[in-house]
Amino acid sequence: MNKHVLLVEDEPNIIEAVSFLLSRDGWSVSTHSNGHDAADVIRAKQPDVLVLDVMLPGRSGFDILEDIRSEGACKDVPVLMLTARGQTKDRERAERLGATRFMTKPFSNAEIIETLHELSGP
Amino acid sequence: MRRETLTGSRIRERRLINGQKQADLARKAGISASYLNLIEHNRRRIGGKLLLDIASALGVEPMSLSEGAEAALLGALREVAAMHPVEQSELERVEEFAGRFPGWASLIETLAQRQSSLEQTVVSLTDRMTHDPQLAEALHDMLGAVTAIRSTSSILVETDKLEPEWQDRFHRNLNEDATRLTEGSQALVAYLNDETSEHQQVTTPQDEIEAFFQRHGYHFALLENGGSETQAHDAIESMLESADDLLVSASARAQLKRLLIRYWSDAQAFGFDVMLDEVSNVGLEPALIAAKYNLDIRLVMRRFASVPGDVLRPLLQNSPYDIAEAGIGLAVCDSSGTLTMRKPLPRFALPRFGAACPLWSLYQALSRPLVALRERSQLSGRDGAPFETLAFAAPVSAPQFGAVPLLEAHMLMIPLSASGAAQNMEPLRPIGISCRICPRGECIGRREPSILAGGV
Repeated sequence: MNKHVLLVEDEPNIIEAVSFLLSRDGWSVSTHSNGHDAADVIRAKQPDVLVLDVMLPGRSGFDILEDIRSEGACKDVPVLMLTARGQTKDRERAERLGATRFMTKPFSNAEIIETLHELSGP
Repeated sequence: MRRETLTGSRIRERRLINGQKQADLARKAGISASYLNLIEHNRRRIGGKLLLDIASALGVEPMSLSEGAEAALLGALREVAAMHPVEQSELERVEEFAGRFPGWASLIETLAQRQSSLEQTVVSLTDRMTHDPQLAEALHDMLGAVTAIRSTSSILVETDKLEPEWQDRFHRNLNEDATRLTEGSQALVAYLNDETSEHQQVTTPQDEIEAFFQRHGYHFALLENGGSETQAHDAIESMLESADDLLVSASARAQLKRLLIRYWSDAQAFGFDVMLDEVSNVGLEPALIAAKYNLDIRLVMRRFASVPGDVLRPLLQNSPYDIAEAGIGLAVCDSSGTLTMRKPLPRFALPRFGAACPLWSLYQALSRPLVALRERSQLSGRDGAPFETLAFAAPVSAPQFGAVPLLEAHMLMIPLSASGAAQNMEPLRPIGISCRICPRGECIGRREPSILAGGV
Protein backbone atom coordinates (compact mmCIF):
# COMPACT_ATOMS: atom_id res chain seq x y z
CA MET A 1 0.00 0.00 0.00
CA ASN A 2 1.27 3.49 -0.91
CA LYS A 3 2.54 5.72 1.85
CA HIS A 4 0.40 8.75 2.53
CA VAL A 5 1.89 12.25 2.54
CA LEU A 6 -0.14 15.33 3.47
CA LEU A 7 1.12 18.59 1.99
CA VAL A 8 0.00 21.72 3.88
CA GLU A 9 1.03 24.62 1.65
CA ASP A 10 -0.72 27.71 0.29
CA GLU A 11 1.07 28.21 -3.05
CA PRO A 12 -1.17 26.48 -5.61
CA ASN A 13 1.58 25.93 -8.17
CA ILE A 14 3.91 24.43 -5.58
CA ILE A 15 1.07 22.17 -4.49
CA GLU A 16 0.49 21.07 -8.08
CA ALA A 17 4.17 20.46 -8.87
CA VAL A 18 5.00 18.64 -5.62
CA SER A 19 1.78 16.60 -5.74
CA PHE A 20 2.56 15.49 -9.29
CA LEU A 21 6.12 14.68 -8.34
CA LEU A 22 5.22 12.63 -5.27
CA SER A 23 2.36 10.83 -7.02
CA ARG A 24 4.77 9.72 -9.76
CA ASP A 25 7.12 8.57 -7.03
CA GLY A 26 4.44 6.28 -5.65
CA TRP A 27 3.01 8.33 -2.81
CA SER A 28 -0.62 8.80 -1.99
CA VAL A 29 -0.85 12.59 -1.80
CA SER A 30 -3.43 14.80 -0.14
CA THR A 31 -3.20 18.54 0.21
CA HIS A 32 -4.50 21.37 2.34
CA SER A 33 -3.86 25.08 1.93
CA ASN A 34 -5.34 26.83 4.97
CA GLY A 35 -3.73 27.35 8.35
CA HIS A 36 -6.99 27.84 10.29
CA ASP A 37 -8.15 24.24 10.37
CA ALA A 38 -4.91 22.53 9.31
CA ALA A 39 -4.39 20.79 12.70
CA ASP A 40 -7.87 19.20 12.53
CA VAL A 41 -7.28 18.09 8.94
CA ILE A 42 -3.91 16.57 9.87
CA ARG A 43 -5.44 14.63 12.76
CA ALA A 44 -8.30 13.45 10.58
CA LYS A 45 -6.12 12.29 7.70
CA GLN A 46 -3.33 10.81 9.83
CA PRO A 47 -0.65 10.87 7.13
CA ASP A 48 2.54 8.79 7.24
CA VAL A 49 4.53 12.00 6.65
CA LEU A 50 3.49 15.62 6.94
CA VAL A 51 4.97 18.42 4.81
CA LEU A 52 4.16 21.71 6.55
CA ASP A 53 4.82 25.21 5.28
CA VAL A 54 5.71 27.82 7.92
CA MET A 55 3.85 30.80 6.47
CA LEU A 56 0.21 29.87 5.94
CA PRO A 57 -2.89 32.02 5.82
CA GLY A 58 -4.74 32.04 9.13
CA ARG A 59 -2.22 30.25 11.33
CA SER A 60 1.52 29.74 11.16
CA GLY A 61 3.12 26.36 10.58
CA PHE A 62 4.89 26.71 13.94
CA ASP A 63 1.57 27.01 15.79
CA ILE A 64 0.13 24.06 13.88
CA LEU A 65 3.19 21.94 14.67
CA GLU A 66 2.98 22.82 18.36
CA ASP A 67 -0.72 21.92 18.32
CA ILE A 68 -0.37 18.50 16.73
CA ARG A 69 2.65 17.59 18.85
CA SER A 70 0.73 18.38 22.04
CA GLU A 71 -1.97 15.73 21.72
CA GLY A 72 -3.93 13.48 19.43
CA ALA A 73 -3.31 10.97 16.75
CA CYS A 74 -0.40 12.73 15.06
CA LYS A 75 1.85 13.40 18.03
CA ASP A 76 4.65 11.38 16.48
CA VAL A 77 4.13 11.86 12.74
CA PRO A 78 7.37 12.79 10.92
CA VAL A 79 7.16 16.45 9.90
CA LEU A 80 9.13 18.21 7.17
CA MET A 81 8.88 21.98 7.66
CA LEU A 82 9.18 24.22 4.61
CA THR A 83 10.10 27.86 4.84
CA ALA A 84 11.16 30.71 2.62
CA ARG A 85 13.26 32.06 5.47
CA GLY A 86 16.44 30.14 6.13
CA GLN A 87 17.21 31.94 9.35
CA THR A 88 18.87 30.00 12.11
CA LYS A 89 16.27 31.05 14.65
CA ASP A 90 13.46 29.68 12.46
CA ARG A 91 15.31 26.38 12.17
CA GLU A 92 15.90 26.28 15.91
CA ARG A 93 12.26 27.08 16.62
CA ALA A 94 11.12 24.32 14.29
CA GLU A 95 13.43 21.82 16.00
CA ARG A 96 12.29 22.94 19.43
CA LEU A 97 8.66 22.45 18.50
CA GLY A 98 9.33 18.96 17.21
CA ALA A 99 9.93 19.23 13.46
CA THR A 100 11.76 16.17 12.14
CA ARG A 101 13.41 17.99 9.25
CA PHE A 102 13.59 21.56 7.98
CA MET A 103 13.94 22.62 4.34
CA THR A 104 14.43 26.08 2.87
CA LYS A 105 12.71 27.19 -0.34
CA PRO A 106 13.59 26.91 -3.14
CA PHE A 107 14.34 23.19 -2.87
CA SER A 108 15.04 20.70 -5.62
CA ASN A 109 12.66 17.89 -6.53
CA ALA A 110 15.29 15.26 -5.75
CA GLU A 111 15.89 16.83 -2.34
CA ILE A 112 12.26 16.68 -1.23
CA ILE A 113 11.74 13.13 -2.52
CA GLU A 114 14.87 11.87 -0.83
CA THR A 115 13.95 13.57 2.45
CA LEU A 116 10.44 12.13 2.45
CA HIS A 117 11.82 8.64 1.87
CA GLU A 118 14.13 9.09 4.81
CA LEU A 119 11.28 10.31 7.02
CA SER A 120 8.79 7.57 6.06
CA GLY A 121 11.23 4.77 6.85
CA PRO A 122 11.42 1.42 5.11
CA MET B 1 41.11 76.54 24.75
CA ARG B 2 38.13 76.51 27.05
CA ARG B 3 39.27 73.37 28.82
CA GLU B 4 42.62 74.88 29.81
CA THR B 5 40.89 78.08 30.89
CA LEU B 6 38.73 76.15 33.26
CA THR B 7 41.65 74.20 34.71
CA GLY B 8 43.90 77.23 35.34
CA SER B 9 41.11 79.16 37.01
CA ARG B 10 40.20 76.20 39.18
CA ILE B 11 43.79 75.85 40.39
CA ARG B 12 43.86 79.52 41.37
CA GLU B 13 40.47 79.29 43.02
CA ARG B 14 41.44 76.22 45.03
CA ARG B 15 44.81 77.76 46.09
CA LEU B 16 43.09 80.90 47.36
CA ILE B 17 40.56 78.81 49.29
CA ASN B 18 43.47 76.92 50.88
CA GLY B 19 45.20 80.22 51.71
CA GLN B 20 48.36 79.07 49.95
CA LYS B 21 50.81 81.46 48.43
CA GLN B 22 51.58 81.05 44.76
CA ALA B 23 55.30 80.57 45.51
CA ASP B 24 54.56 77.81 48.05
CA LEU B 25 52.35 75.87 45.70
CA ALA B 26 54.85 76.28 42.88
CA ARG B 27 57.67 74.93 45.03
CA LYS B 28 55.63 71.91 46.09
CA ALA B 29 54.75 71.21 42.47
CA GLY B 30 58.34 71.62 41.38
CA ILE B 31 57.83 74.61 39.09
CA SER B 32 58.63 78.28 39.27
CA ALA B 33 56.11 80.75 40.67
CA SER B 34 56.09 82.65 37.40
CA TYR B 35 55.18 79.47 35.47
CA LEU B 36 52.37 78.71 37.93
CA ASN B 37 51.19 82.27 37.44
CA LEU B 38 50.96 81.68 33.71
CA ILE B 39 49.02 78.44 34.32
CA GLU B 40 46.61 80.09 36.74
CA HIS B 41 45.93 82.80 34.23
CA ASN B 42 45.30 80.19 31.61
CA ARG B 43 48.26 81.18 29.49
CA ARG B 44 49.92 77.77 29.63
CA ARG B 45 48.38 74.39 29.05
CA ILE B 46 48.40 71.95 31.90
CA GLY B 47 47.92 68.22 32.06
CA GLY B 48 49.58 64.97 32.88
CA LYS B 49 52.09 64.72 35.70
CA LEU B 50 52.12 68.42 36.46
CA LEU B 51 48.35 68.45 36.94
CA LEU B 52 48.69 65.47 39.26
CA ASP B 53 51.47 67.20 41.23
CA ILE B 54 49.53 70.44 41.61
CA ALA B 55 46.40 68.53 42.61
CA SER B 56 48.45 66.66 45.20
CA ALA B 57 49.94 69.92 46.51
CA LEU B 58 46.43 71.39 46.72
CA GLY B 59 45.11 68.25 48.40
CA VAL B 60 42.37 67.65 45.80
CA GLU B 61 41.57 65.01 43.19
CA PRO B 62 43.01 65.84 39.76
CA MET B 63 39.50 65.41 38.29
CA SER B 64 38.18 68.26 40.44
CA LEU B 65 40.55 70.58 38.62
CA SER B 66 39.58 69.30 35.22
CA GLU B 67 35.81 69.00 35.45
CA GLY B 68 33.44 70.07 32.73
CA ALA B 69 34.50 69.62 29.15
CA GLU B 70 37.91 68.22 30.14
CA ALA B 71 36.35 65.65 32.43
CA ALA B 72 33.91 64.73 29.68
CA LEU B 73 36.81 64.24 27.30
CA LEU B 74 38.69 62.09 29.78
CA GLY B 75 35.54 60.07 30.41
CA ALA B 76 35.07 59.57 26.69
CA LEU B 77 38.69 58.46 26.26
CA ARG B 78 38.31 55.97 29.08
CA GLU B 79 35.15 54.62 27.42
CA VAL B 80 37.01 54.19 24.16
CA ALA B 81 39.81 52.43 26.04
CA ALA B 82 37.26 50.12 27.64
CA MET B 83 35.90 49.13 24.20
CA HIS B 84 39.34 48.71 22.66
CA PRO B 85 41.67 47.44 25.38
CA VAL B 86 44.90 49.40 25.76
CA GLU B 87 47.89 48.85 28.01
CA GLN B 88 47.03 49.60 31.64
CA SER B 89 50.16 51.71 31.95
CA GLU B 90 48.97 53.87 29.06
CA LEU B 91 45.44 54.07 30.38
CA GLU B 92 46.77 55.54 33.63
CA ARG B 93 48.33 58.34 31.59
CA VAL B 94 45.08 59.33 29.88
CA GLU B 95 45.06 62.73 31.61
CA GLU B 96 48.60 63.39 30.54
CA PHE B 97 47.69 62.39 26.98
CA ALA B 98 44.61 64.64 26.91
CA GLY B 99 46.58 67.47 28.41
CA ARG B 100 49.52 67.25 26.03
CA PHE B 101 47.54 66.45 22.89
CA PRO B 102 44.04 67.89 23.36
CA GLY B 103 43.44 67.98 19.60
CA TRP B 104 44.31 64.31 19.09
CA ALA B 105 42.30 63.37 22.16
CA SER B 106 39.25 65.20 20.82
CA LEU B 107 39.74 63.50 17.47
CA ILE B 108 39.69 60.08 19.15
CA GLU B 109 36.51 61.05 20.97
CA THR B 110 34.91 62.26 17.71
CA LEU B 111 35.90 59.10 15.84
CA ALA B 112 34.54 56.94 18.64
CA GLN B 113 31.22 58.81 18.50
CA ARG B 114 31.15 58.40 14.72
CA GLN B 115 31.84 54.68 15.04
CA SER B 116 29.08 54.31 17.58
CA SER B 117 26.65 56.18 15.34
CA LEU B 118 27.54 54.03 12.33
CA GLU B 119 27.17 50.85 14.37
CA GLN B 120 23.69 51.97 15.36
CA THR B 121 22.87 52.59 11.73
CA VAL B 122 24.05 49.11 10.78
CA VAL B 123 21.95 47.62 13.56
CA SER B 124 18.86 49.54 12.47
CA LEU B 125 19.35 48.57 8.83
CA THR B 126 19.88 44.94 9.77
CA ASP B 127 16.78 45.16 11.90
CA ARG B 128 14.88 46.55 8.96
CA MET B 129 16.02 43.72 6.68
CA THR B 130 14.98 41.18 9.29
CA HIS B 131 11.75 42.61 10.59
CA ASP B 132 10.33 44.90 7.92
CA PRO B 133 6.99 43.18 7.22
CA GLN B 134 6.77 44.50 3.67
CA LEU B 135 10.24 43.22 2.80
CA ALA B 136 9.56 39.88 4.46
CA GLU B 137 6.28 39.45 2.60
CA ALA B 138 7.78 40.47 -0.73
CA LEU B 139 10.69 38.06 -0.33
CA HIS B 140 8.36 35.28 0.79
CA ASP B 141 6.20 35.75 -2.30
CA MET B 142 9.20 35.82 -4.59
CA LEU B 143 10.75 32.71 -3.05
CA GLY B 144 7.38 30.97 -3.35
CA ALA B 145 7.33 31.76 -7.06
CA VAL B 146 10.95 30.65 -7.47
CA THR B 147 10.21 27.37 -5.70
CA ALA B 148 7.23 26.67 -7.94
CA ILE B 149 9.26 27.52 -11.05
CA ARG B 150 12.14 25.31 -9.98
CA SER B 151 9.92 22.31 -9.23
CA THR B 152 7.78 22.75 -12.33
CA SER B 153 10.66 23.27 -14.74
CA SER B 154 12.46 20.23 -13.34
CA ILE B 155 9.37 18.12 -13.91
CA LEU B 156 9.11 19.36 -17.51
CA VAL B 157 12.77 18.63 -18.21
CA GLU B 158 13.20 15.38 -16.30
CA THR B 159 9.89 13.53 -16.80
CA ASP B 160 9.84 11.14 -19.74
CA LYS B 161 6.70 11.07 -21.85
CA LEU B 162 4.81 13.72 -19.90
CA GLU B 163 1.17 13.74 -20.94
CA PRO B 164 0.19 16.76 -23.09
CA GLU B 165 -2.43 17.96 -20.61
CA TRP B 166 0.16 17.99 -17.81
CA GLN B 167 2.62 19.75 -20.09
CA ASP B 168 0.00 22.43 -20.80
CA ARG B 169 -0.77 22.89 -17.12
CA PHE B 170 2.86 23.17 -16.14
CA HIS B 171 3.62 25.58 -18.96
CA ARG B 172 0.73 27.75 -17.82
CA ASN B 173 1.95 27.57 -14.21
CA LEU B 174 5.45 28.55 -15.28
CA ASN B 175 4.09 31.57 -17.10
CA GLU B 176 2.01 32.59 -14.07
CA ASP B 177 4.92 32.23 -11.68
CA ALA B 178 7.35 34.05 -13.96
CA THR B 179 4.90 36.96 -14.18
CA ARG B 180 4.45 36.92 -10.42
CA LEU B 181 8.20 36.85 -9.89
CA THR B 182 8.72 39.76 -12.27
CA GLU B 183 6.05 41.86 -10.60
CA GLY B 184 7.31 40.95 -7.14
CA SER B 185 10.91 41.81 -7.93
CA GLN B 186 9.94 45.10 -9.57
CA ALA B 187 7.77 46.02 -6.59
CA LEU B 188 10.65 45.17 -4.29
CA VAL B 189 13.08 47.30 -6.26
CA ALA B 190 10.58 50.17 -6.28
CA TYR B 191 10.19 49.82 -2.52
CA LEU B 192 13.93 49.82 -1.91
CA ASN B 193 14.36 52.81 -4.21
CA ASP B 194 11.42 54.73 -2.81
CA GLU B 195 12.95 58.07 -1.99
CA THR B 196 10.02 59.20 0.09
CA SER B 197 9.87 55.99 2.08
CA GLU B 198 9.20 56.59 5.72
CA HIS B 199 11.58 53.74 6.41
CA GLN B 200 14.43 55.80 5.10
CA GLN B 201 17.05 55.69 7.85
CA VAL B 202 20.25 56.83 6.23
CA THR B 203 20.36 60.16 4.51
CA THR B 204 23.07 61.77 2.46
CA PRO B 205 23.37 65.51 1.85
CA GLN B 206 21.91 64.83 -1.61
CA ASP B 207 18.86 63.19 0.00
CA GLU B 208 18.41 66.19 2.27
CA ILE B 209 18.62 68.58 -0.66
CA GLU B 210 16.06 66.61 -2.62
CA ALA B 211 13.71 66.37 0.33
CA PHE B 212 13.94 70.15 0.70
CA PHE B 213 13.22 70.76 -2.99
CA GLN B 214 10.36 68.26 -2.93
CA ARG B 215 8.78 69.98 0.05
CA HIS B 216 8.76 73.21 -1.94
CA GLY B 217 7.67 71.55 -5.17
CA TYR B 218 10.91 72.78 -6.80
CA HIS B 219 9.34 76.26 -6.90
CA PHE B 220 10.32 79.11 -4.55
CA ALA B 221 7.87 81.99 -4.75
CA LEU B 222 9.98 83.96 -2.24
CA LEU B 223 12.85 84.03 -4.74
CA GLU B 224 10.67 84.98 -7.70
CA ASN B 225 9.78 88.46 -6.47
CA GLY B 226 12.69 90.35 -7.93
CA GLY B 227 14.14 91.34 -4.56
CA SER B 228 17.76 92.28 -3.94
CA GLU B 229 20.48 89.70 -3.30
CA THR B 230 20.43 90.61 0.39
CA GLN B 231 16.70 89.99 0.51
CA ALA B 232 17.26 86.71 -1.31
CA HIS B 233 19.88 85.67 1.25
CA ASP B 234 17.47 86.52 4.08
CA ALA B 235 14.68 84.56 2.42
CA ILE B 236 17.02 81.58 1.92
CA GLU B 237 18.19 81.66 5.55
CA SER B 238 14.59 81.76 6.66
CA MET B 239 13.66 78.79 4.47
CA LEU B 240 16.64 76.78 5.67
CA GLU B 241 15.87 77.56 9.30
CA SER B 242 12.33 76.29 8.93
CA ALA B 243 13.65 73.04 7.45
CA ASP B 244 15.61 71.87 10.47
CA ASP B 245 13.69 68.61 10.41
CA LEU B 246 15.06 67.83 6.93
CA LEU B 247 18.53 69.30 6.97
CA VAL B 248 20.97 67.62 9.31
CA SER B 249 24.28 68.13 7.52
CA ALA B 250 26.25 71.31 7.04
CA SER B 251 27.11 70.08 3.55
CA ALA B 252 23.44 69.97 2.51
CA ARG B 253 22.87 73.50 3.82
CA ALA B 254 25.92 74.84 2.01
CA GLN B 255 24.92 73.19 -1.26
CA LEU B 256 21.34 74.39 -0.89
CA LYS B 257 22.45 77.97 -0.37
CA ARG B 258 24.43 77.78 -3.60
CA LEU B 259 21.52 76.20 -5.50
CA LEU B 260 18.97 78.68 -4.14
CA ILE B 261 21.13 81.68 -4.96
CA ARG B 262 21.38 80.33 -8.48
CA TYR B 263 17.60 79.97 -8.49
CA TRP B 264 17.22 83.61 -7.45
CA SER B 265 19.77 84.68 -10.05
CA ASP B 266 17.93 82.68 -12.75
CA ALA B 267 14.65 84.29 -11.74
CA GLN B 268 16.23 87.75 -11.93
CA ALA B 269 17.45 87.05 -15.46
CA PHE B 270 14.26 85.43 -16.71
CA GLY B 271 11.14 86.40 -14.79
CA PHE B 272 8.29 83.99 -14.14
CA ASP B 273 5.58 85.86 -16.07
CA VAL B 274 7.83 86.47 -19.08
CA MET B 275 8.69 82.77 -19.10
CA LEU B 276 5.02 81.74 -19.04
CA ASP B 277 4.27 84.12 -21.92
CA GLU B 278 7.07 82.64 -23.98
CA VAL B 279 6.04 79.05 -23.25
CA SER B 280 2.50 79.97 -24.21
CA ASN B 281 3.73 81.53 -27.48
CA VAL B 282 6.47 79.19 -28.67
CA GLY B 283 6.18 76.12 -26.40
CA LEU B 284 9.00 74.34 -24.60
CA GLU B 285 11.78 75.73 -26.79
CA PRO B 286 14.66 76.71 -24.50
CA ALA B 287 17.07 77.36 -27.40
CA LEU B 288 14.71 79.80 -29.15
CA ILE B 289 13.85 81.61 -25.95
CA ALA B 290 17.48 81.76 -24.78
CA ALA B 291 18.50 83.31 -28.10
CA LYS B 292 15.70 85.88 -27.93
CA TYR B 293 16.69 87.07 -24.45
CA ASN B 294 20.43 86.42 -24.81
CA LEU B 295 20.40 83.87 -22.02
CA ASP B 296 22.23 80.61 -21.37
CA ILE B 297 20.05 77.72 -22.58
CA ARG B 298 20.71 75.91 -19.30
CA LEU B 299 19.25 78.82 -17.34
CA VAL B 300 16.04 78.61 -19.38
CA MET B 301 15.95 74.84 -18.82
CA ARG B 302 16.26 75.31 -15.05
CA ARG B 303 13.48 77.88 -15.17
CA PHE B 304 11.20 75.45 -17.06
CA ALA B 305 11.80 72.84 -14.35
CA SER B 306 10.75 75.31 -11.66
CA VAL B 307 7.23 75.79 -13.02
CA PRO B 308 4.53 73.86 -11.13
CA GLY B 309 2.69 71.35 -13.34
CA ASP B 310 -0.73 72.93 -12.83
CA VAL B 311 0.63 76.27 -14.09
CA LEU B 312 2.37 74.71 -17.08
CA ARG B 313 -0.39 72.33 -18.18
CA PRO B 314 -2.90 74.93 -19.48
CA LEU B 315 -0.15 76.54 -21.57
CA LEU B 316 0.62 73.28 -23.37
CA GLN B 317 -2.86 71.99 -24.13
CA ASN B 318 -2.32 71.37 -27.82
CA SER B 319 1.13 69.90 -27.39
CA PRO B 320 2.32 66.28 -27.46
CA TYR B 321 3.09 66.56 -23.75
CA ASP B 322 1.28 65.11 -20.77
CA ILE B 323 2.29 67.42 -17.94
CA ALA B 324 1.33 66.14 -14.49
CA GLU B 325 1.45 67.86 -11.12
CA ALA B 326 5.23 67.50 -10.83
CA GLY B 327 5.81 69.42 -14.07
CA ILE B 328 9.04 68.84 -15.97
CA GLY B 329 11.95 66.76 -14.66
CA LEU B 330 15.54 67.98 -14.57
CA ALA B 331 18.92 66.26 -14.26
CA VAL B 332 22.17 68.20 -14.10
CA CYS B 333 25.58 66.56 -14.18
CA ASP B 334 29.18 67.70 -14.07
CA SER B 335 31.98 66.59 -16.37
CA SER B 336 32.41 63.33 -14.46
CA GLY B 337 28.76 62.44 -15.14
CA THR B 338 27.84 62.80 -11.46
CA LEU B 339 24.31 64.09 -10.98
CA THR B 340 24.57 67.38 -9.13
CA MET B 341 20.93 68.46 -9.29
CA ARG B 342 17.99 66.12 -9.59
CA LYS B 343 14.31 66.72 -10.05
CA PRO B 344 12.85 63.25 -10.60
CA LEU B 345 9.33 62.66 -11.86
CA PRO B 346 6.97 59.95 -10.64
CA ARG B 347 7.58 57.95 -13.84
CA PHE B 348 11.19 59.03 -14.41
CA ALA B 349 13.12 58.19 -11.26
CA LEU B 350 16.72 59.29 -10.91
CA PRO B 351 19.15 56.86 -9.25
CA ARG B 352 20.04 57.65 -5.65
CA PHE B 353 23.27 55.72 -5.67
CA GLY B 354 25.61 54.85 -8.49
CA ALA B 355 25.57 56.03 -12.04
CA ALA B 356 22.53 56.53 -14.26
CA CYS B 357 21.77 55.02 -17.68
CA PRO B 358 24.60 55.92 -20.09
CA LEU B 359 22.06 56.17 -22.92
CA TRP B 360 20.57 59.39 -21.58
CA SER B 361 20.96 62.37 -23.88
CA LEU B 362 22.41 64.13 -20.81
CA TYR B 363 25.62 62.17 -21.35
CA GLN B 364 25.54 62.57 -25.13
CA ALA B 365 25.43 66.31 -24.52
CA LEU B 366 28.68 66.06 -22.53
CA SER B 367 30.42 64.68 -25.60
CA ARG B 368 28.79 67.26 -27.87
CA PRO B 369 29.03 70.53 -25.96
CA LEU B 370 27.01 73.52 -27.17
CA VAL B 371 24.77 71.27 -29.29
CA ALA B 372 21.10 71.33 -28.24
CA LEU B 373 19.82 67.74 -28.28
CA ARG B 374 16.15 66.84 -28.54
CA GLU B 375 15.22 63.20 -28.30
CA ARG B 376 12.13 61.06 -27.86
CA SER B 377 12.76 58.18 -25.49
CA GLN B 378 10.98 55.34 -23.78
CA LEU B 379 11.93 54.09 -20.36
CA SER B 380 12.45 50.37 -19.85
CA GLY B 381 10.10 48.41 -17.63
CA ARG B 382 6.44 47.60 -17.63
CA ASP B 383 5.34 51.22 -17.67
CA GLY B 384 7.57 52.10 -20.59
CA ALA B 385 6.71 55.76 -20.13
CA PRO B 386 7.49 57.93 -23.18
CA PHE B 387 9.45 61.15 -22.68
CA GLU B 388 10.94 63.93 -24.72
CA THR B 389 14.36 64.88 -23.42
CA LEU B 390 16.13 68.15 -24.12
CA ALA B 391 19.83 68.19 -23.29
CA PHE B 392 22.56 70.78 -23.50
CA ALA B 393 26.10 71.01 -22.15
CA ALA B 394 28.36 74.04 -21.91
CA PRO B 395 31.57 75.01 -20.09
CA VAL B 396 31.16 76.18 -16.52
CA SER B 397 33.75 78.92 -16.87
CA ALA B 398 35.16 81.23 -19.52
CA PRO B 399 37.67 79.63 -21.91
CA GLN B 400 41.36 79.96 -21.16
CA PHE B 401 44.28 79.12 -23.42
CA GLY B 402 45.82 75.81 -22.47
CA ALA B 403 42.99 74.80 -20.14
CA VAL B 404 40.46 72.08 -20.95
CA PRO B 405 37.03 73.46 -20.05
CA LEU B 406 34.92 71.69 -17.45
CA LEU B 407 31.40 71.09 -18.66
CA GLU B 408 28.00 71.01 -17.03
CA ALA B 409 25.11 69.29 -18.77
CA HIS B 410 21.38 69.77 -18.22
CA MET B 411 18.58 67.48 -19.32
CA LEU B 412 14.86 68.19 -19.15
CA MET B 413 12.50 65.22 -19.02
CA ILE B 414 9.08 66.10 -20.46
CA PRO B 415 6.38 63.40 -20.26
CA LEU B 416 4.74 62.62 -23.62
CA SER B 417 1.07 61.73 -23.95
CA ALA B 418 0.21 58.46 -25.72
CA SER B 419 -0.90 60.36 -28.80
CA GLY B 420 2.16 62.59 -28.56
CA ALA B 421 4.42 59.53 -28.49
CA ALA B 422 2.66 58.13 -31.55
CA GLN B 423 2.86 61.37 -33.58
CA ASN B 424 6.29 60.70 -34.96
CA MET B 425 6.82 57.57 -37.02
CA GLU B 426 10.33 57.11 -35.70
CA PRO B 427 10.54 54.61 -32.86
CA LEU B 428 11.25 55.96 -29.38
CA ARG B 429 14.82 55.45 -28.26
CA PRO B 430 14.98 52.94 -25.40
CA ILE B 431 16.62 54.19 -22.22
CA GLY B 432 16.63 53.12 -18.58
CA ILE B 433 17.20 54.52 -15.12
CA SER B 434 20.29 52.58 -14.09
CA CYS B 435 21.64 49.17 -15.03
CA ARG B 436 20.78 47.53 -11.72
CA ILE B 437 17.06 48.06 -12.09
CA CYS B 438 16.80 47.90 -15.89
CA PRO B 439 15.24 44.70 -17.23
CA ARG B 440 16.42 45.27 -20.82
CA GLY B 441 18.55 42.23 -21.71
CA GLU B 442 20.61 43.26 -24.71
CA CYS B 443 22.07 46.70 -24.16
CA ILE B 444 25.35 48.06 -25.40
CA GLY B 445 25.50 50.41 -22.42
CA ARG B 446 25.14 47.76 -19.73
CA ARG B 447 27.78 48.06 -16.99
CA GLU B 448 26.51 45.47 -14.55
CA PRO B 449 23.87 42.74 -14.42
CA SER B 450 20.34 43.76 -13.54
CA ILE B 451 18.78 42.41 -10.41
CA LEU B 452 15.64 42.10 -12.52
CA ALA B 453 16.98 40.48 -15.71
CA GLY B 454 19.69 38.49 -13.97
CA GLY B 455 17.34 36.71 -11.59
CA VAL B 456 17.01 37.08 -7.89
